[in-house]
Amino acid sequence: MMAETGDLKHTPLFDLHAELGGKMVPFAGYSMPVQYPLGVMKEHLHCRAQAGLFDVSHMGQVILRGESYDAVARGFETLVPVDAVGLPENKQRYGFFTNQDGGIEDDLMFANRGNHMFVVVNAACKDADIAHMKAALEPAVTVEVITDRALVALQGPAAEAALARLAPTVVEMSFMDVADVELVGATCWVSRSGYTGEDGYEISVPESHAEKLCRALLDMDEVEPIGLGARDSLRLEAGLCLYGNDIDATTNPIEAGLTWAIQKVRRAGGEREGGFPGASHVLSALAEGVAQKRVGLLPDGRAPMRAGTPIFAAADGGDPIGSVTSGGFGPSVNSPVAMGYVGSSYAAVGTELFGEVRGKRMPVKVAKLPLVPANFKR
Amino acid sequence: MKFTEEHEWLRVEGDLVVVGITAHAAEQLGDIVFVELPETETEVSKDDEVCVIESVKAASDILAPLDGEIVEVNDALVDEPGKVNEDPIGDAWFFKIKPADLSQMDDYMDEAAYNDFIG
Repeated sequence: MMAETGDLKHTPLFDLHAELGGKMVPFAGYSMPVQYPLGVMKEHLHCRAQAGLFDVSHMGQVILRGESYDAVARGFETLVPVDAVGLPENKQRYGFFTNQDGGIEDDLMFANRGNHMFVVVNAACKDADIAHMKAALEPAVTVEVITDRALVALQGPAAEAALARLAPTVVEMSFMDVADVELVGATCWVSRSGYTGEDGYEISVPESHAEKLCRALLDMDEVEPIGLGARDSLRLEAGLCLYGNDIDATTNPIEAGLTWAIQKVRRAGGEREGGFPGASHVLSALAEGVAQKRVGLLPDGRAPMRAGTPIFAAADGGDPIGSVTSGGFGPSVNSPVAMGYVGSSYAAVGTELFGEVRGKRMPVKVAKLPLVPANFKR
Repeated sequence: MKFTEEHEWLRVEGDLVVVGITAHAAEQLGDIVFVELPETETEVSKDDEVCVIESVKAASDILAPLDGEIVEVNDALVDEPGKVNEDPIGDAWFFKIKPADLSQMDDYMDEAAYNDFIG
């Protein structure tokens, strides 16, 4: 059954999705494939075993230009609690925009490309993010929205071998390295990163060459197309946040367990301490601790605990001490998996809690994130 | 075989009616990962929620298509929910019901009508 597409936007790969039998659904204003004929479970397992190709062209690609990378990074640091200035050339880093309350407006990836910064933001937030960057950074920094490039991700243990057939130099890249790479006759911006917990690459490709690149990859035995359904279960097992579910404008990044993304130079006593929206809220949370924490959750039974499932400390009675923000079935774990927030005194790994599913409290254990081991090329 | 608008199939087997979900439903739901079956010897009324199934995408209920008593359930589905995708109208039946009034079957569609219904 084809979803009503209405005035949904298409990525440059829309026709290819149709040809591959993708089941299209509306997502962040785009018509996107939720799965292909293989189905969510097999797509997920294939990506962990071999290599999966994802269309993520709905995400926002933005170039920030100024007098120098350093000048851009100094401006950018007024919006994010992350060390942008100290990021080496041709390296990528995770970050997020904060608001005056220290909440997260969106999470993102940014890269030092020598004379400019390349930023990738979430599809649902991209218009707001672009307006936010323009308001804060122009005219010293120009905000150039890239609309003529697709973005694809090739993920999985066989991603390196597959992409190396098109460009042998990609083998030399390490996790979070970025490079210009010639692929199928076009200059692509490639990073060794992803959203699955697997090794792999994210590739910004001119839209004129997007389909050609995807066909070249899909022609390889180890590569299958993967939809948004498996993208979600892969990132959930990998313990990665989905903006809008696991983090949002009310989430303090310290509660979310994103302290690792706030480098020391931006923390209290650092050389460029604070200086981002809501810094006092974030730095005080770092100093004084937080009331709740994001944790991994492994339900004991077979019943998935989905987003919104309330979490209790006891098998009966009492008020909820937390709730699930992402949950479903983890094909690689082969059981239900979830993440959510619980009161900090319940956040230790191994704590036995209860999730209420259809009126019944079912045992669930706090688990270490990621729920499957990460497989990055460090 | 009869079909409901809720995408269940019903097959008369002696004085019992076997109930499952259609291939169309299984395909739409995607990979089934969890099945919760009713207790046997439960009296049910038509449209009672008697089973829960969860796919990789969402949870859904299976309704009792008839008044009667649940007399047998397919326990194999609890350990292997994926059977529902593999053989929805064969091995992956959900429960057998002893109908109070078999004429309730007359309300449901035959195969041709169901195929029209799902278009």
